[in-house]
Amino acid sequence: MAARGNTGPKPNGSAQGKICQFKLVLLGESAVGKSSLVLRFVKGQFHEYQESTIGAAFMTQTVCLDDTTVKFEIWDTAGQERYHSLAPMYYRGAQAAIVVYDISNQDTFGRAKGWVKELQRQASPTIVIALAGNKSDLASKRMVEYDEAQTYAEEHGLLFMETSAKTAMNVNDIFLAIAKKLPKSGGPGPGGDAGSSATGRRITEADNQPSSGASCCK
Amino acid sequence: MDGSATFVELDRSVGPGCSEVSILDPNESSFYDFVSDEEVTERKQEEPCEDSEDSSDNPEDVDAVSEDERVVRSLRERDKLVFILSEAGKPIYCRHGSEEKLVSLFGLMQALVFCVQDDDDQIKSITAGAYRIAFLNKGPLIFVAVSRRGETPGQLALHLGYAQSLIVSVLTAAQLKKIFEQRRNYDLRKLLGGADRLMDNLLDGLEQDPAYLLGAVSCLALNPSVRDSISDAIVRHCAKLKNLVFAILLADSQLVTLVRMKKYMLHPADLHLLINLVASSESFKLSESWTPICLPRFDANGFLHAHVSYLADDCQACLLLLTVDKDQFFVLSEAKQGIVQRLRRYKCLEAINRAMKNGGYTMQDVNIPEIRHFLYKARPTAQYTAPLFSAPYDDSYEKDRLLALYHRMHQRMLLPGSQRHLKLVYVVGKYECLLCWVTAFFELYAAIEPLVEKEAVIPRVEKLLNWIKSEESRLFILTSTTF
Ligand SMILES: Nc1nc2c(ncn2[C@@H]2O[C@H](COP(=O)(O)OP(=O)(O)OP(=O)(O)O)[C@@H](O)[C@H]2O)c(=O)[nH]1
Ligand SMILES: [Mg+2]
Repeated sequence: MAARGNTGPKPNGSAQGKICQFKLVLLGESAVGKSSLVLRFVKGQFHEYQESTIGAAFMTQTVCLDDTTVKFEIWDTAGQERYHSLAPMYYRGAQAAIVVYDISNQDTFGRAKGWVKELQRQASPTIVIALAGNKSDLASKRMVEYDEAQTYAEEHGLLFMETSAKTAMNVNDIFLAIAKKLPKSGGPGPGGDAGSSATGRRITEADNQPSSGASCCK
Repeated sequence: MDGSATFVELDRSVGPGCSEVSILDPNESSFYDFVSDEEVTERKQEEPCEDSEDSSDNPEDVDAVSEDERVVRSLRERDKLVFILSEAGKPIYCRHGSEEKLVSLFGLMQALVFCVQDDDDQIKSITAGAYRIAFLNKGPLIFVAVSRRGETPGQLALHLGYAQSLIVSVLTAAQLKKIFEQRRNYDLRKLLGGADRLMDNLLDGLEQDPAYLLGAVSCLALNPSVRDSISDAIVRHCAKLKNLVFAILLADSQLVTLVRMKKYMLHPADLHLLINLVASSESFKLSESWTPICLPRFDANGFLHAHVSYLADDCQACLLLLTVDKDQFFVLSEAKQGIVQRLRRYKCLEAINRAMKNGGYTMQDVNIPEIRHFLYKARPTAQYTAPLFSAPYDDSYEKDRLLALYHRMHQRMLLPGSQRHLKLVYVVGKYECLLCWVTAFFELYAAIEPLVEKEAVIPRVEKLLNWIKSEESRLFILTSTTF
């Protein structure tokens, strides 16, 4: 895991600042671009041919907000149908979720609404949910209108942005918007396990540093 | 049944006597003739004329070429095809084609299987001209291979068995059964999304990688002390973890080490599925992954959970930690960090990198000029070693030809129904001689210069066995490590 392989010094000398750690999960139909968004955010890369995720992929990325360092523990879930029953394992105990659809595919928007519903029923009541209309670069193939999604998001209390993992548009921004909305008072929420949160996650681990794609200390 | 036209031979060949395996090799009496190079060459030349023959045979087809027909035609250009369908005839998978365009062809395959089943029999293979068609009806699925690569029915059955195992590894046998009990007509593709790349890779591997034919894995060549340190690092960080069943380190599809719970063994076929999973998933390089996987030989009805990650950016070996506990991700993630730190401290990462960079040995290193290539399987441990394919087998056509010869040898000596009493077979051919020697401890397949005197062969082979013995501790994992 590249994000962890580095053993350099802590990137931003804001040692006195708070460090908060949040667990974030990405949900949405297969091929909407969940992995691509994470890859863009964590590594600053985009792959035209991105493999369909097997199971779930775990990565971390750190962003800085004023005097707070926010460390995201990101679960990029597989959208393939056979993995659906595993989803609760990842959103249980998550403080944030990005529900992704593809603006060029109406069905994926429908599926995204399904995920929002499930999260609002089953996940933590304080979970911050963002809706991402991805592939905004494919404007000519648009099937989901911006206003439609925007209205839906407002009605359901979601953050909303159209994003493009390909052009990087709004990718860092959506993560930052989530970071801003997350409560940073009190102790950091323990990240919890993939399943039951048996072990709190140590937050002092200094083995993480943002790579090129990070929007650290903007 | 539009699509059936081009497979018309297949229809004709179904009849009395065709429903059983016993379709004989055309030259059963003279083994080498059958495996000779001419046959393969012939095959190569056949291709163009066969196609032209085709269009002249059915001129009416040219006028009304349906979409189905076009797809079927493009498939005809392939040497080998594999189809998977449900017992209800629903397409599930087609190697080299889009299965939804082949509905009628799938219907035909289903009909074939059931026609024969009605007679309380099972269709296993059909030979039709240059084609051999093999069937496997297992559980709610039907697997079909159509090949003119000259494989034996036994080989094709092996391939189809692996295809079946792969599907079980994704869904489990229990889930498969349940799905089709609930809905006979279920479209299984919905549940196999993304798994086609695993299947494509597996089917390619089955043709190119001797591991499958031997039922063995090859190990990364390492000094035994290095390998021991690696195993030791794994044991140190994993021994206390309950429910961890296997820890496997792979480098370039070779085994670096395998540590297991004392009471469980890992079947080579299950290990092949794991190796295939890693080899076909570049994305494992980018993050830690956590996925359910079923190992059919271990437990066809349950999932294990695999923590999959590459050791480090500067060491591209892949560690798999398999547990029965789906909540153990972070525990395993931490264990992995510990393992990597220790491997770094003891300079094992460099050793692995060096071995990966070396990429194996050639016959020149072995230095027995009369022997061009060999496969050696240590039977008790299901591990094998082989040199890289060097001249004349360094081009893909020659390599395929040699592998086909090995396959034939294997089929002849070891598969059910073969002449298992044979211990040693030596076959003189035009392009090379082939030796196959089977004992309780090893299987050896060797390609030998064609002009070598028969009497000179055994001493050369003994020299080879001595060389393998002298390298044994690097080429094989000799002690099994447990938690
Ligand atoms: N044009 C365009 N293509 C994108 C964008 N994001 C992703 N893609 C492409 O869409 C395809 C699917 O992307 P993935 O990131 O694998 O989708 P996913 O949601 O992770 O899919 P699963 O892992 O199967 O759930 C890939 O071929 C990407 O290259 C985008 O913003 N614009
Ligand atoms: Mg993905």
